[in-house]
Amino acid sequence: MALEITTEQLKRCDMIKATGRIDGQSAPKLAEAFHALIDAGRFRIVFDMGGVEFLSSAGLHALIDAQKTCKRWNRGEVVLASVPPQVYEVLEMVGFVHLFKIYDNAVQAVGSF
Amino acid sequence: MRTVTTVVPGRFASLEELCDLVTQAALDAGLEAAAVHAVQVAVDEACTNIIEHAYGGEDGGEIECTCRIADGELTVILRDRGCPFDPAAVPEPNVTAGLEDRQGGGLGVYLMRRLMDEVRFESTPEAGNVLTMVKRRRECGEQPGAADEPGLACAP
Repeated sequence: MALEITTEQLKRCDMIKATGRIDGQSAPKLAEAFHALIDAGRFRIVFDMGGVEFLSSAGLHALIDAQKTCKRWNRGEVVLASVPPQVYEVLEMVGFVHLFKIYDNAVQAVGSF
Repeated sequence: MRTVTTVVPGRFASLEELCDLVTQAALDAGLEAAAVHAVQVAVDEACTNIIEHAYGGEDGGEIECTCRIADGELTVILRDRGCPFDPAAVPEPNVTAGLEDRQGGGLGVYLMRRLMDEVRFESTPEAGNVLTMVKRRRECGEQPGAADEPGLACAP
């Protein structure tokens, strides 16, 4: 399934929701979604991964770039929500579970800000 | 044993078609859901490397994907005619590094090694680049992915 991304502005943070495959072709679309928020000065971001079928290294790079930028000068961070078990396995393999706060669902993630 | 082969243009838009092919092959081999997902990611990473590194960008050549389907075991063979790409030459990423020390690159090959049971790479002028990856059905209690263990690492 092709990647679909929606962005929602909330009171204390923004939410990016992805559905589909984050692969070499579609990862730039995810990076663009993060950059659009970052360029607007919004650095507290919930990434809802509930609909992500899989995440390749291209998507991992988009995530780590966004996290580095958002965390600079303690101005915010990217947190993850609703990570499917198989995607979590990939995040664990590359050590990202120590670099991102991960919440069971979007409501908890939004509440963390 | 059943074999399925397809040839696709070396461009990112082909990744989904290849994913569908290997997903069906993995299901036909009787692999469990986690193993099917491992195959999907490993093939995506391998084909991305072929497009970006072997062919130096999109439309540099074709990718041939062969799936050998056996009961409980799937072998995926990817062939290309691009520049020789040696996964063994890719430095291992530091997956315990902190955020600021994270460097780009290397994660794709690392994931291929971790997710698959065997990863072998051969390159000859006659055959081009041939990447062979094997995934076996995990029996209860077994640990996933073993290609990064001694003796099973990517061959140069």
